[in-house]
Amino acid sequence: MEFAAELRAVCKVYASGRQPQGAVTAVTDLDLSIRQGEFFTLLGPSGCGKTTTLRMIAGFESPSSGELLIQGQSMNAVPPNKRPVNTVFQNYALFPHLTVMQNVAFGLEVARVPRAERDRRAAEALELVRLPDLGDRKPAQLSGGQQQRVALARALVNRPALLLLDEPLGALDLKLRKEMQVELKSLQRRVGITFVYVTHDQEEALTMSDRIAVMNHGRLLQMGDPVSIYEQPATCFVADFIGETNFLQAVVLAADGTQVRLRAAGCELLVPQSGQQLSGGQAVTVALRPEKLALQSSPGTKGGGLTGFVQELVFIGTDTRYVVRLETGEMVTVRVQNAGQGSSNSWRSGDPVQVHWEQQCARILTA
Amino acid sequence: MQRRDVLSPGFLYFVMLTLFLYAPIVVLVVFSFNDSRTLVFPLRGFTLRWYGELAGARELLAAVVNSVVLGLMSSVVATGLGTAAAIGIARHNFPGRRFFLAVSAMPMVIPYVVLGVALLILFSWWGVPLSLWTVGVAHVVINVPYAMLIVASRLAGFDKNLEEAAMDLGETYWGTLRRITLPICAPAMLSAFLSSFTTSFDEFAVSFFLIGTEATLPVYLYSQLRFPSRLPLVVALASIIMVVSILLVTLAEWLRNSTLHLSRQGSA
Amino acid sequence: MAPPALLLAVFFVLPMLIMASFSFRLGTFAPERYVFTTEHYWDFISRTSFHRLLLRSIGVAFITAGASIVLAYPLAHFLVFRAGRMQLTLLSLLIIPAWTSYLLRILAWKVILGSNGLLNSFLLQAGLIQEGSARLLYSPSAVVVTLVYVWIPFVALPIFAALQRIDGSVLEAAADLGCPAWQTFLRVIFPLSLPGVAAGFLFVFIPTLGEWVTPALVGGARGVMYGNLIQDQFVRALNWPMGSVMSLVMLALMLVQLALFSRVVRLSDLAAV
Repeated sequence: MEFAAELRAVCKVYASGRQPQGAVTAVTDLDLSIRQGEFFTLLGPSGCGKTTTLRMIAGFESPSSGELLIQGQSMNAVPPNKRPVNTVFQNYALFPHLTVMQNVAFGLEVARVPRAERDRRAAEALELVRLPDLGDRKPAQLSGGQQQRVALARALVNRPALLLLDEPLGALDLKLRKEMQVELKSLQRRVGITFVYVTHDQEEALTMSDRIAVMNHGRLLQMGDPVSIYEQPATCFVADFIGETNFLQAVVLAADGTQVRLRAAGCELLVPQSGQQLSGGQAVTVALRPEKLALQSSPGTKGGGLTGFVQELVFIGTDTRYVVRLETGEMVTVRVQNAGQGSSNSWRSGDPVQVHWEQQCARILTA
Repeated sequence: MQRRDVLSPGFLYFVMLTLFLYAPIVVLVVFSFNDSRTLVFPLRGFTLRWYGELAGARELLAAVVNSVVLGLMSSVVATGLGTAAAIGIARHNFPGRRFFLAVSAMPMVIPYVVLGVALLILFSWWGVPLSLWTVGVAHVVINVPYAMLIVASRLAGFDKNLEEAAMDLGETYWGTLRRITLPICAPAMLSAFLSSFTTSFDEFAVSFFLIGTEATLPVYLYSQLRFPSRLPLVVALASIIMVVSILLVTLAEWLRNSTLHLSRQGSA
Repeated sequence: MAPPALLLAVFFVLPMLIMASFSFRLGTFAPERYVFTTEHYWDFISRTSFHRLLLRSIGVAFITAGASIVLAYPLAHFLVFRAGRMQLTLLSLLIIPAWTSYLLRILAWKVILGSNGLLNSFLLQAGLIQEGSARLLYSPSAVVVTLVYVWIPFVALPIFAALQRIDGSVLEAAADLGCPAWQTFLRVIFPLSLPGVAAGFLFVFIPTLGEWVTPALVGGARGVMYGNLIQDQFVRALNWPMGSVMSLVMLALMLVQLALFSRVVRLSDLAAV
């Protein structure tokens, strides 16, 4: 059994309102294969369909069409309580009238696990999330971070085939969130359970995931490991949503198997092929990550860069962000690391500069 | 409240109106110990006679028993149905939900006299003889909307995710209802029950039209108000009932306030 | 879902429909019960005494609702903005008498307002009047006083809820923008509390319009209301079809009222939950 879960051409349409055109499509033609034991993240802005997808896997929503398999079994007709998955809810959804221990043991009790084993496993789960002494408390007596751990323990204790996490860190403050990210990842390694994680935070996704699926408007845009998603975004949306990107409008002049020659911002540029079919005269977009760009006082010695003026600069500690206004009026952001002491390579507003990059760092996007 | 607010106009006003609200109750209790058959001033002296005579007032005691039984039964039914309706409204999305909500709230805003005569016509149409049962039906109709809203507002304070979490952990629909939804509703159900009971116990405007040969306490009281000689007994009983209901309501209020407290925590 | 829906259909919607059909019957009992006629509608239209009574009842309901709101609003305002930690305790104190027997409290008012009652004795002793009089009792104003007394807590509750919903930062914003306290009240607090005021108004207006018990007990001949007329048709005159016509008229008034208020009033405010 290779995949923990598979979605095949899954669509979800909500009939809303009285008129037929009021129907809302939440997910369109989604194909996902989630591997056994991986940390899989569904990433996208709010309303992109990621939570709907998660709820379909959990069984709270049923697909309008398409097929959903968990461990090779079709799940379309299986209610949530019969599925080998458990969920960590966004607001934790801890039962307020039960103690922490009773919360954690809930699933085992339902499954009629014998008392002794139930207690032992619940205690283990609490230990796993580092809350061994709080079993007798009520959820209302815990801090947000503690409630979050209880929710995690309550789901993990059942040893599900898949653990679904719906923005579980959303309610925590930044520092705690960072800590929990690391902890969740190491926890996932230890227990070896497949995690399906929903978030809108790209940094969180990059930090924790083995693979990421980027969604927007109910569609899957790109799926891959964090490095390939970051370095080889498939669309402008992905490039823009994950990290920061400069976009330049360009026209293809000539293309061969390895390189494309194009015209952007009034200059001719050479950019590596990234697999698309390109022909002369085609309009494309060139994506450039700010941290891969370098500045040089102009007129410089090296050729091939874009020329412009420093319009604005912002010092942000680790590096300085320069916004450069090109001759065509387009803006390019450049991040220059604060490697040296002082201002050995600093420019001021209004200085003429040239923007450079290594050829393979630019990427052509057609969508 | 800070000390300087004790003499604020708002507080003085509150005290005055509270006195105004409690004055009639105090007057009744005072008269229940007054040694005179007529309820007029000046007072004549202290007696426990009326309380003593209560024990022998069979019709009165029968009416009390009828009202208690009626109140208990109609409140159990009203609370059950109201809870079912509340769960339906708060947790399920079904066609006609808004229409149902509107209709189920209607008994709250229909004048009692209209409800009373409409049910009178209905039972006469069916040939159902009037009795405590017909009064009970009316009390259920009156109380279901309140019970529904009390329970629904409690449920609204809790995340829908709770039920999903239970299902996610393997519990069935009915198991979730029993182990999660109902325990969460429980304080509100108790509060709805107490509210229904006090309403039913006190209800007269509708009962009057639907009552058979056996009287409820308010119906009996109404009939006695025309006979001044029996009033001291009524007043003595009234004092007992008021003290008991004040105790009950204090309990209900306390429950409700602690409920509010809990639901705020639960939704955090 | 089904059981509550069934209950409401059989014991609430159906009776209203049967009552509507009954308004077209000639008489209360067989065989007149089965004769179709619109006579009672024409009769109702021609009886100016009915119309006068209806108008007077509407007037009483208005005055009662208005007075209850005026008296209850400061209570709610005090509880929300000034009572601090005592809030819930004081609120309970206010509500508790409302749950004691309504008939008995009316009886108490009869004792207070009666010719040998508390108020008369006090006025006599103070030398303000020469002899005890029953004028305080058995009048429309006795009905209003008694009803206002009954309703104050129920009106205070929805206003309390509406005031409670006001976000404190809104008031701070008003102060920050230089608004003096009384203007903050007029421009911010009062408008935001209007849904609660409207709910309180409905809460009093509707049952008062349909009230028949209080007028029967403290209203006397001069304090008779429209509800007494309906009650009379069913209990003494035994003219059920006429009573049905009158009930339908009242029902229609209520529905108009509800339609007017439905935009501002919250259902939960009506139930005071």
